[in-house]
Order: sequence, then C-alpha cells, then structure tokens
Amino acid sequence: MTQFLSLLLNGISLGAIYALIALGFVIIFKASEVVSFTHGSLLLLGAYTIARLSDPLGFYLAALVGVAITALAAFVVERLIINRLRGAPVISLAIVTIGVDIILLTELIRRIGSDILNVPHPWGGGSFRIGDVGISMNRLIATIVAGVLIALFFVAFKYSSWGVSMRASAEDGETAALMGIRLGRVSALAWAVAGALAGVAALFLVGSPTPGVSPSAYTVALRAFPAAILGGLDSTGGALVGGLLIGLAESFAAGYQEQLLFLGRGFGDVVPYIVMIIVLLVRPSGLFGTKELTRV
Amino acid sequence: MSESTATATQRSTGDRGRPAAAAPRRSWVRPLLLALVLVVLLALPLYIEEFWLRTGFAVCVAIVGAIGLNLLVGTTGQLSLAQGFFLAVGATTYVFVSGESGGIGLADLSGLGWPPLVGMIAGVLAAGLAGLLFSPIAARLRGIYLGVASLGLVFIGQHVLNSWTSVTGGFNGRSAPEFSLFGFTFGNRDPELYVLAVPFREAERLWYLGLVLALGAYLFARNLLRSRPGRALQTLRDSEVAASVMGVNVQGYKARVFLVSSMYAGLAGVMFALSVGSIAPESFGLEVSILYLAMIVLGGLGSVGGAVLGAVFVTALPLIFQRYADVVPLVGGPGESGLAAGEAARYLFGLAIILVVLFEPAGLAGLAGRFRRKGRGSGGGRLTRRSSAVTSSSTTSVPSDRPAQGSTT
Repeated sequence: MTQFLSLLLNGISLGAIYALIALGFVIIFKASEVVSFTHGSLLLLGAYTIARLSDPLGFYLAALVGVAITALAAFVVERLIINRLRGAPVISLAIVTIGVDIILLTELIRRIGSDILNVPHPWGGGSFRIGDVGISMNRLIATIVAGVLIALFFVAFKYSSWGVSMRASAEDGETAALMGIRLGRVSALAWAVAGALAGVAALFLVGSPTPGVSPSAYTVALRAFPAAILGGLDSTGGALVGGLLIGLAESFAAGYQEQLLFLGRGFGDVVPYIVMIIVLLVRPSGLFGTKELTRV
Repeated sequence: MSESTATATQRSTGDRGRPAAAAPRRSWVRPLLLALVLVVLLALPLYIEEFWLRTGFAVCVAIVGAIGLNLLVGTTGQLSLAQGFFLAVGATTYVFVSGESGGIGLADLSGLGWPPLVGMIAGVLAAGLAGLLFSPIAARLRGIYLGVASLGLVFIGQHVLNSWTSVTGGFNGRSAPEFSLFGFTFGNRDPELYVLAVPFREAERLWYLGLVLALGAYLFARNLLRSRPGRALQTLRDSEVAASVMGVNVQGYKARVFLVSSMYAGLAGVMFALSVGSIAPESFGLEVSILYLAMIVLGGLGSVGGAVLGAVFVTALPLIFQRYADVVPLVGGPGESGLAAGEAARYLFGLAIILVVLFEPAGLAGLAGRFRRKGRGSGGGRLTRRSSAVTSSSTTSVPSDRPAQGSTT
C-alpha cells in the first residue's frame, strides 16, 4: 500500500511536468497548426542554460534567464520560419520543425558532451514524507508550480484578450483575421508561452530523482508527445489529463518493474507510447480532441 | 482534380525528363545516358578502392529505405517516423533466420541457420507483417497523429531490441551472417574470384548486390506510381474527400501503402545488416528515422528519383566528411578540434531541411527539373505549374507559387 501511494504521488508529480510540456504542444498546435518536434531540444536548451548559468548568476536568476531564453528561442523559430510558412500543409510544418530540432540538438549534445551537468536546486535532493509515503522535494515543488502555472494559463486562456484572440483564431483563422486579430502575433506569443512552459518543465525535470542535465532529457521530453496526443492535440484540458495519465502509467510500470520483468527491463520508458497506441486504436483523435468532420 | 493531374504530369516530367510532346527528337538521349551510367556503375569495382564501394553499398541501403518511405510520406502524405523500427524488424529477422544458434559471451543466441536468401525474404515479409499489424492504426489516423504514433513504434522497437536478447543479441547486438546465393557467398572467399586481375572480395560483391536491389526497388516504385494504385495514392494525399468521392478506398489504400513501405524498409534493414556486418539497437533509433525523413525531404517528396538523390546525399556526406576531414573547412578528425564529421553533416542536414521546405519544396528533384527547364530555354517552358509534392493543398501560399524560373523567356 505504501508503495502504491508513493508511486501514485510520484506519478502525479511526473504527470504534472509532462502536462506542462504537453500544454505547450497544444498551444502551438492551436495557434499555428504546427506539431512542434522542436520541443525536445528546446527543453534541453532550457536545462542546459540553467545548469550553465546557475554558477555565475545563482540559481533563481539562472532559472529565470533559462526560462526566458527557451521562450525566446521558440519565439525566434516562429518568427523566422513558421511565420513564413503560414497555410502550408501540416506535414511540411512538422518536417521543418524537425530540421530545427536536428540543428539545436546537435549543438546542445556537442556542448554537453558526455558530462552530466548539475543543477544546484536550493531545495536539494531531499525528500518530503508523510508517514511512510515519500516524494522528492523537487518533484513536490514541481507539482505545485505546475499546478499554479496551469491554473494561471487556463484563467488567461479564458479571460485575457490574448486567450480570447487565440481561441478565436484557432476556431476560424480567417474570420478572426477579419475581426482584427493579428494571427502572426497570436502565434508568436503562443510559441513563446509554450517555450516558457518547456523551460519551467526543464527546470524540474533535471532535478532529483533524475541525475542532472544529460542528452537523455531529450527523450524524456519526447514522452510528453504521447501525453498531448492522448488527450487530443487541440484540447488544452486533454493535455492535462494526458500528462497525468502518462505520468501515472510510467511511474507504476517503473515501480512494479519486478512484477513486470517478463516484459524486459526499463519497461517504464515505453509505457507512455503503448498507452498512446491503445488509446488511438479506440479514439483516433485522442480522448478530448475534436473529431475531424469533412463536409462535401 | 486538376491538382492531381498537374502533379501526375510533374512526376512524369521529373522521372523521364520531359513530356513526350516537348522534344521528341531528343528522346534517345536519356536512355543512352542511363545505359552509360549503368555501365560506369558496373565497371567501377575494377577501379575504385574499397572505401568507395562500401559507401556505395550503404547508399544503396539508404536508397531502398528512402524510396519506401517516400511512397508513404511523399506520395500518400502520411508522416511516418517509424522507418527505423521497420528496418530493425527486417534486419533482426534476417539475422535470426539465417544466423546460427550459439553463445557469444554471456548471451545465448538462437538462430535457425536457414539459407540467407530465405532470411532476406523472411526479413522483408516480417517487416511487411509488422506494417500490416500497425496499419489498423495507421489507416485511421490523419497525418500528424500518425507521425507521433509511429514515433512510439521506434521506442517500443528499441525496448524489444534491448530486452529480447536471445533473438536480437540485446544491447550489444549480434553479428549478421554473410549473404550467399546458391553457394556463391558475398564474402571475401569461397569462391575466390578475380575479374581482370582485380580480386573481387566482399565489398565488390556487395556492390553488385546493392545495385541490383536498388535498381529493382526503383523500378518497382516508379511503376507503382504510374499505375492505377499510384494515382489513387496521389489523390489521397491531395484530398481524402476527393479520393473517396472518386471511388478510392481510402482506408484500404492507406493500409496497403503502409504495407509496401514497411516491406521496403525491411529489405533495407536486411541490406543494412549485410553492410555493417552486425546489428545493434542503436542502429535503429529515432535518429535513423529522422535521417530517412531528411533524405526524402531533401530529395523531393513524392519523387522516386528524388528519394535516390536524397539517399546518396545524406548517406555519403558524413562518410566523405570523415574521410576528408583535413580538407573540408571547419571539420576536424577524431580527437582534433573542430566539428566531428557526423555533427557537421547533421548541421548541414538540419539547415538543408529548413531551406528546402522554405524555398524549394520539391527538393533536389525540383532543383534538377528547374535546371533542366532552364537549359532547354523557351522550349521547355510548356509546363508552368510548380505544384510540388509538399505543397499540394490548394490554399498554400508557400514559395512554390512563385513563377517557375525559365518558364517564359
């Protein structure tokens, strides 16, 4: 029972981080119809910046700069490339983001090399305990921060003028443009927000229980993809649910590894993809995605 | 509808050089050129060194894989990142079926020890089967969902490769048996073979094998595209609604193209195992899938010839960088300062992908076509369309709408 509870807690905290990243995917997709394969390397960029700057600047400032730089990078990608391809087929857009991803990832891996950079979180590697059930301090803070950020986002999405214009342009781009909404600006802002969310996720993803910044953070970020797809690419609420589901599934599969040994070691790492494929079999547009209807 | 006709015209231009009406009197040039190229390719092993032959075989592997992926992504418009997975299925099946049982180190490997030809066929079939099993998902998902779902296959494949040690050799992989055909091995000996006093060893023999397989793959795909199913697939890419109204069985064709594409990948996987001489999980990761995607994007989506060009470019470049590290600027050899060869190549691919999508969505094939039209002057300007494979939707405002250069003078 103790194990179950602590796995549950860890799953939720991991899911919260995934939800942050997945929310980024969804925002970008809603605003510019792009599935951003750049997100993995953006996240790594954030983690790398934070790790490198926290020595000269101190942790908090470095974290701030890291998140800002990730947001800026996403913004620049949108301005320089995506913006010029408005209206292009979804596949070309996805491929172009893969191109960006290759460049960014190669550069980051070259810089990181085989080291594992350490991020000196002030809350350290300690853990928080209620009775026998424990969770690392880092993950606990991550859950809280992610919760606050996600709540803030939903409020902004619902009430702020940015949120309204974004929903409008996702609903019907042409009409929104005619109503005076500047689609380019909405999309650029969406990329920046998504970048910032990835930066925050990076900040916590590289803390305990994960050892530190290494290229493998990239594969972790990729696991947020199933989260976004699972919930439905165009549903912000879906991203949240998808993130939590994936986090829980991964945590349980890793925790009960001994019982699942016949499936091979490290099975937890692939569980997100298996869950995604099963869900897609039943619901091809994800759990909360709008079904595409075609009218002839 | 006019869309798909336009693309179809373009394809035939891309492959055959020109519409039949444009220049009937020069129509013998191309076959002659092709024959010349073929003779040169066949004679090459007599003159060039082993490095280039090995590179050539690696290029052939990539050509087969890229043509297969292009059928799926370029022609039908279904984004797939699973090419690495299907390569792995093909390669593993070959190694398992044709390899011998036995233990290497700690691992207990099992193998059937059947003839390599059977292994190769089994590899292709197994990859096809894997594609067929996945196709219920593939057929129902639209472009981008499929892209991400296929991403999942790569990771699941990695996991299986790492854990199913008795078949795959686990983390360290296992060696691949030499290919042989009715007693003639594609290895260094058995029989010893000399042609014009040049020893024909493994590299030379594999070179010919690669040529034959790549040529076969090319012809099959080209004919497929010109046939009724090929037209159906192109219509499917341009508009699923239009396709189904025209009587194309959308789900059926999607599933079938997935099958064909994964069989291509299976063959490429078998060839890869032969080329490297062993298989290991890291050879079939996400990076491989992305490189294959790079090939077809650079070459030109939807064009068989383009896939070949892209495969040559993407495969040969890192190897050449590696070999001539001291000549190429910015690139340093192993242990020296400067970029490593693979990194330099990857920067270039990334940049090239972005530039291609931004400025020349028809890729290298499109560039070649443009060059050809220019060379022919006003005579070749009959086709003013540049409805490229990538930008097939009618609402695009991508640069492909610029007037084609050389179309009018």
